Amino acid sequence: MDLNELLGDSLFFGIALSLVAFRAGVWMEKKWKITVLNALLISVIIIIVLLTVTGISYETYQYGAKYLSFFLTPVTVCLAVPLYKQVQMLLTNLPAVLISIAAGCLGHAVVIVLLLTMFGADRTLILSLLPKSITSAIALGVAAEIEGVPGIAVMGVMIAGASGAVAGSALLKVFRITDPVAQGLALGSSSHAIGTTRAIEMGELQAAMSSLAIVITGLLTVLMVPWIAALL
Amino acid sequence: MKYMFQLMIILTVSFAGELMNYLLPFAVPASVYGLVLMFLLLLTGIVKLDQVEDTARFLMSIMPLFFIEPTVSFMNTLGLVEGKVAALFIASFLSFAAVLGITGITAQMIRKHSGRKEDKADGSK
Repeated sequence: MDLNELLGDSLFFGIALSLVAFRAGVWMEKKWKITVLNALLISVIIIIVLLTVTGISYETYQYGAKYLSFFLTPVTVCLAVPLYKQVQMLLTNLPAVLISIAAGCLGHAVVIVLLLTMFGADRTLILSLLPKSITSAIALGVAAEIEGVPGIAVMGVMIAGASGAVAGSALLKVFRITDPVAQGLALGSSSHAIGTTRAIEMGELQAAMSSLAIVITGLLTVLMVPWIAALL
Repeated sequence: MKYMFQLMIILTVSFAGELMNYLLPFAVPASVYGLVLMFLLLLTGIVKLDQVEDTARFLMSIMPLFFIEPTVSFMNTLGLVEGKVAALFIASFLSFAAVLGITGITAQMIRKHSGRKEDKADGSK
């Protein structure tokens, strides 16, 4: 029996598999407490392993699962809500927020371009990773706009998130970043929502600045990245 | 009815974002046009916070779900990163560390600098 033939026209196979795998991911994340593995990453690994073992093609999975991504644009629009709620916090810290995140975005692009060029990576890989320090919601759109590969972009976003979970607090100490506002901005701009879960553990001010940094980093990256892509 | 009204606003703004992406010449994703538009609507009071907040909070709470399929699509791009997987990981980690350091140190410097000015201003009173 060919599973691809059986499931090829199923709309809900991919959706159900995604939800079950995510549920399993949440359970394992709680049970094992391995910081590098969050629920999303576990669910992705489960799905890739399952598809590979059973011989079900990515297309069969994607046929239904692509409808989950339908909500990507609306959920990105919703990021305006936390931004609006923290607008007072943004205004009181405006120079610190904008200048530091702009510097971080620029530094990110420089490191990505220099390192990957050094490793002999092609233009597509570099373009795909330019939006990797922002939330997937925005990174997917940016990668598509600059002709990067969304799949590689989100993998970079996942690595940034895992790095933030594992090394975020340690690096803050290494760089002697003790100011709570600076800590929040650093975590949010480098590892998006995963960094923010670390910031939440550190305190209220860190948490607020980190979630603010997610959106501002996304917006500044959108403005900056096409210019850098044009130089490559 | 509340959720239908909230979804109507969010999806209409999403549609407006798509139109702007189509009509304007910039490399800005539709979703980001929508985000900025929604932010402006909230700031100007045309849309009130309680007209979108519940649905927004729900959608954001299940946000990781929307990332699963695009991330799984990485398995389809393995040909593109063949022999470059180590480079991808190293560059991703080091650029992460660079952003964290640069943003954090810059923000701390600016805050210290402006803090000192405030102290001086207080002292002169």
